[in-house]
Amino acid sequence: MAMTLHVDIVSAEAAIYSGLAEFVVIPAEMGEVGIYPRHTPLLTRIKAGSVRIKAPDKAEEDLIYVSGGILEVQPGVVTILSDTAIRGHDLDEARAVEAKSKAEEVMRNRTSAMDYAQAQAELAEAVAQLAAIQKLRKIKH
Amino acid sequence: MAAGKEIRSKIKSVENTRKITRAMEMVAAAKMRKAQDRMRHARPYAEKIGRVAAHFSQAHPEYRHPFVVSRETIKRVGVILVTTDKGLCGGLNTNALRLSLGKLKDWDERKIEVDVCAIGNKGLGFMQRLGVNIASQVTGLGDTPHMERLIGPVQVMLDAYKEGRIDALYLVYSRFISTMKQEPAFKQLLPLSSEDATEKAEHHWDYIYEPEARSVVDSLMVRYVEALIYQAVAENLASEQSARMVAMKAASDNAKSVIDELKLVYNKTRQAAITQEISEIVAGAAAV
Repeated sequence: MAMTLHVDIVSAEAAIYSGLAEFVVIPAEMGEVGIYPRHTPLLTRIKAGSVRIKAPDKAEEDLIYVSGGILEVQPGVVTILSDTAIRGHDLDEARAVEAKSKAEEVMRNRTSAMDYAQAQAELAEAVAQLAAIQKLRKIKH
Repeated sequence: MAAGKEIRSKIKSVENTRKITRAMEMVAAAKMRKAQDRMRHARPYAEKIGRVAAHFSQAHPEYRHPFVVSRETIKRVGVILVTTDKGLCGGLNTNALRLSLGKLKDWDERKIEVDVCAIGNKGLGFMQRLGVNIASQVTGLGDTPHMERLIGPVQVMLDAYKEGRIDALYLVYSRFISTMKQEPAFKQLLPLSSEDATEKAEHHWDYIYEPEARSVVDSLMVRYVEALIYQAVAENLASEQSARMVAMKAASDNAKSVIDELKLVYNKTRQAAITQEISEIVAGAAAV
C-alpha cells in the first residue's frame, strides 16, 4: 500500500474534510505546492483556490474550494485552516472602521453618564427578581 | 355573575400568554439543537489552530509575536463582552454583566481604564448606560453567527493592543455547560497565556515559512484570537437558546398553575351564586 498522510480541512464554522491521502496539492501564496507524506514542516498562507486531494481508495482526485487561510504541514499531517470570510488587509481595515464608527455613534447618542452604584442597584434588582421567582416556584411544587 | 365574567376573561388572557410562552419554548428548543451543533463544529478549528500556535511557540523562539509578550504595567485594558441580542432568557445576561461589572469596578479602583467591544445588544446597552468607553460594537448576529461580522470589531481591539493603547484584552461570555446550566466566563485573550499555547514536549525543528515567518505568524495569531472569540460567540448562542427554553418552560408552567387557581376560584363563585339562587327560591316558596 502506498504511503499516506492525514488531511484535515477545517474552517471556524465547520469541519470541511478529514481523511487520508496519497498526496495533496494546495494553492499556497507563493505558488501551488504538492505535499507527499514525510514532507518537512511548513507553515504558509494560502490563496483562494481549490485543494486537490488524492485519496488512496479513489481513482479520481477530490476537489475542495478554499477561500484562503493557513496551511500547516507536519510529516504525517496536513492541516488547512480555511477562512470563511474573504480576507485582505484593506478589507479587514474597512470592517474595523465600520465597527468603530458604529460604536462612536452609540457613544454620541448616549444619555447622561451613570455611576457604578446605580448600575449595580439595577442588576441587584434583576437578580433579586429572579431569585424571588425561583423561590416562588419551589413553594408551589 | 359579574365576578365570574371577570375571572373568565382573566383566564383567557393567561391562556393566551401561555400559548406564546409555549411557542417560544418550542422555537428555542429547535434553535438550541442547531446552536449546539454549531458550537461543536467550531471546536475542531479552534483546537487545530491552537495546536499550530503551540507548535510554533516551541519551534521558533527567536521571534516572539507581540500577542505572547506580557507587559509589565497595565494602564488600559480591553474587554470583549459577548451577550445576547434579545432578552427573555432568564438570568443569562444579568450574570455575565454582573461578572463584568465586578471586574470594571476592580479596574476602576486600580485606576485602569477600560475599552469595551460589545458583541450583542444587551451588553451594548448596559455599557452605554454605564458610561464606559465603547471602542467597537456589533449587534444582530442572528442565529447563525458569521466570522465575517466579527472580524471588524475584533480588529479594532487587536490594533489597539498592537499599538499599545490597551495592555491586555479580556473576553466575557456565557459558557455553555449543559442545557440546564450556563455560567458566565471571564477569560484572558491577550497576552496569550502560556498554558494555552505551549506543550511540555521539546521540539528541535522549525517550520519552513513562506513567504517569511513574521507575516505568516501575524496572520496565524490574528486567526487564533478570532477563533477563540468565534467559539465564545457560538457558545453564547447555545447558552442563550438553552436559557430561553428553560425560562419559557418555567413561564408556561407558571401560567398553567395560575390558570388552575383561577378556575378553582371561578367554579367556587359559580357554585356560590347557584346556591344563593336556590336558597332564595326556596325561601320565596316557603313564604307563600
